[in-house]
Amino acid sequence: MGLNRNVSLMTALRYKGQGPFLTYILHRIGGLGMAIFITVHLLASFVGGKGGHFINAIYENWAFQIFIFFCVLFHAINGLRITILDLFPKLIPYHRQAITLEWLVFLSIYGFAVFTIIRTGLGG
Amino acid sequence: MADKSRNLSIAKRGLMSFETIMWVFTRLSALGMYALVIFGLIGALVMGARNNMNFADVMRWGFMPNVTHVENTALPDTAPWSSTLWKLTASALVLIAVGHGVHGLVVIADDYIATAKGRQIVRICSGVMILSMLGIGLYLIWTS
Ligand code: HEM
Repeated sequence: MGLNRNVSLMTALRYKGQGPFLTYILHRIGGLGMAIFITVHLLASFVGGKGGHFINAIYENWAFQIFIFFCVLFHAINGLRITILDLFPKLIPYHRQAITLEWLVFLSIYGFAVFTIIRTGLGG
Repeated sequence: MADKSRNLSIAKRGLMSFETIMWVFTRLSALGMYALVIFGLIGALVMGARNNMNFADVMRWGFMPNVTHVENTALPDTAPWSSTLWKLTASALVLIAVGHGVHGLVVIADDYIATAKGRQIVRICSGVMILSMLGIGLYLIWTS
């Protein structure tokens, strides 16, 4: 049933996958990361008490914020690219250009977010 | 060539199966979430985010406009941020995001679980997850 993939992530990235495959993997990591984070965050806020506060304190830490902002921003920006290309299939031949544009948008917004998070984290 | 079959419009491809309907739902819910996030960001700017919050705080509010997300900012008064309008917006986001996210988890699970029994268990778990996450999410929004 096609469940045996004898190709490692690195081989896939080097061979045919390249840019589009990287976005697929990062989209999946972002979606999964958000789903796990949101589930645990909701449960922690609901349960409250010491345990809940402990978990939410981890989420408020600037290092974690850098990770979750990556998940959210990459998934949202890549998801918009997927949605636009899927709803307007005539644009699909230009998907590599779309991915380049997507990285430019992502890096500028994420870069700015990381900059503010670190600056606030360092107390500035 | 390979491009040809991909160029069929959604109408021509047909909306026959649950999977296809969810495929469309995933895309439309993505646009719906964008609309709600942009609404939240505009609302934040109107309510004075520019002088009292940093970029990361504004983004956090945008992705879930719940008042607890702005409690640690320099806002002088968070009352407008907990109005019914924002509770309704946050509830809409929870509804859409839970449907989108849990279905996404099923898509991922299906890539690794191929037996009929296994997939059935995944679907039961996803039903339980949707109901409990909706319940907890809405409870937190309306009591915060
Ligand atoms: C503006 C916000 C969002 C946008 C634009 C977006 C867009 C998308 C799109 C277009 C897909 C389909 C990908 C494909 O079929 O190849 C997808 C999948 C997915 N999304 Fe989202 N999404 C957003 C928010 C979320 C949130 C908040 C969650 C978690 C709760 C989430 C979890 C997932 C998961 C788990 C998948 C499945 C990933 C996979 O199949 O590899 N998404 N998203």
